Amino acid sequence: MEKTINIKVKVWRQAGPKAPGAFETYELKNISTDSSFLEMLDVLNEQLIKERKEPVAFDHDCREGICGMCSLYINGHPHGPDSAVTTCQLHMRKFKDGETITIEPWRSHAFPVIKDLVVDRRAYDKIMQAGGYVSVNTGGVPDANAIPISKVAADEAMDAASCIGCGACAAACKNGSAMLFVAAKVSQLALLPQGKIEAARRAKAMLGKMDELGFGNCTNTGACAAECPKSVSLSHIARLNREFICAKLAD
Amino acid sequence: MTWLSSSSIGRKVVMSVTGTALVLFLLFHATMNIFSITDALFGVEYYNAICEFLGANWYALIATVGLAFLVVVHIVYAFIISLQNYRARGRERYAVTDRQKEVEWASKNMLVLGVIIVLGIGLHLFNFWAKMQCVELGHMLGCEVDSTALANATNGVLLIKDTFANPVYVVLYLVWLAALWFHLTHGVWSALHTLGWNNNIWMPRVKCIANIISTIVVLMFALVVVFYFCASFCCCGAAC
Repeated sequence: MEKTINIKVKVWRQAGPKAPGAFETYELKNISTDSSFLEMLDVLNEQLIKERKEPVAFDHDCREGICGMCSLYINGHPHGPDSAVTTCQLHMRKFKDGETITIEPWRSHAFPVIKDLVVDRRAYDKIMQAGGYVSVNTGGVPDANAIPISKVAADEAMDAASCIGCGACAAACKNGSAMLFVAAKVSQLALLPQGKIEAARRAKAMLGKMDELGFGNCTNTGACAAECPKSVSLSHIARLNREFICAKLAD
Repeated sequence: MTWLSSSSIGRKVVMSVTGTALVLFLLFHATMNIFSITDALFGVEYYNAICEFLGANWYALIATVGLAFLVVVHIVYAFIISLQNYRARGRERYAVTDRQKEVEWASKNMLVLGVIIVLGIGLHLFNFWAKMQCVELGHMLGCEVDSTALANATNGVLLIKDTFANPVYVVLYLVWLAALWFHLTHGVWSALHTLGWNNNIWMPRVKCIANIISTIVVLMFALVVVFYFCASFCCCGAAC
């Protein structure tokens, strides 16, 4: 039998980037515990539209935890209280009947609010553009097994590559640092032979861009890895440090 | 070398290197202190010999200046980093924050712990350095120095006995050492992590090493405080 709960949601409302924001509280009745968190917000928006009020703006796209668009800070946790899931994968069964759920946008100097719960995360794109790629000449497709890669390195690179760039790491960090994101993006290439050629330049360029965009200095609190919906490990940060320090010492 | 101040990892490298050097100093200092206890137990005078050796001699003075430099760099960088990190969080703050069970309390309070440690260092310099190396230095530079103060300037054991007979100092020193323990449990592994010496296998090991080092350092310091506080009650005993 379907179980339903009645909840209150305290949502950050902000008309535009420059407008002052404030919390608004809305009541929701008979929310199915089987529904996802974003489906609950859809119900809220339907209710608001029926009342001829402005619906809540929030980011979402694939709704299956791959795209990295959803981004809510729920009850003091990026992507909510559940671990290793994105907001779209969060279920309402994680909340109690009568609970007040506080929903905030990512708070970071480098992620300014665009509207309500939507923030500008282009800072991450800029970091990627600074060096998160391998330069290859077009031409004949090389054989897949032409370059041997150890299983250990391939697995570790794949773990790093599971980062979806949602921004939860910087949102969770008390230092507003994007180190886990940069570390994952540097690691996924630095571990593989194809990425090694540009590894030194990449580490310097991506970290330089991160600093330039106003992200903070990492102090290894580990909040990023604890909140990461893809469980990207803190040890990637050690690899980024290693890559960067070696690159600077080689100069 | 501008990357040591202009990049975030560079600034963290400076914190790590100065921090590691200070931890090595603490290990040395704590080991030295243990002699003050063994002296009392076995009736020898190694501790005061060390005090004389590390008095106002040129090598000890150079080391003191070097140490002061490390401390100042560590503190200045700590404030620069903290200020930048405060700004990086943005103007609006979260209305609700919750802690993550994986995040150590110390790691989020390194600045506060650091401030407690600096206050403790101030007290410690007033209690000991001002009465030891500073007195000798003043004498060498031709200032007027009380003759009993000068005679006692290398009598470290006497000074320890006097200081820790006072329960107020005992409590203050133990609070200081507790703050130091928390600071080091995060600081030691974080320094290794920042210098790149970490991976998935070493993560628990590095954290374990940090806990062992901080516990050893703090226990050695605390032992002297507690020993001399207890000894002040049994002053006619063989131990004193």
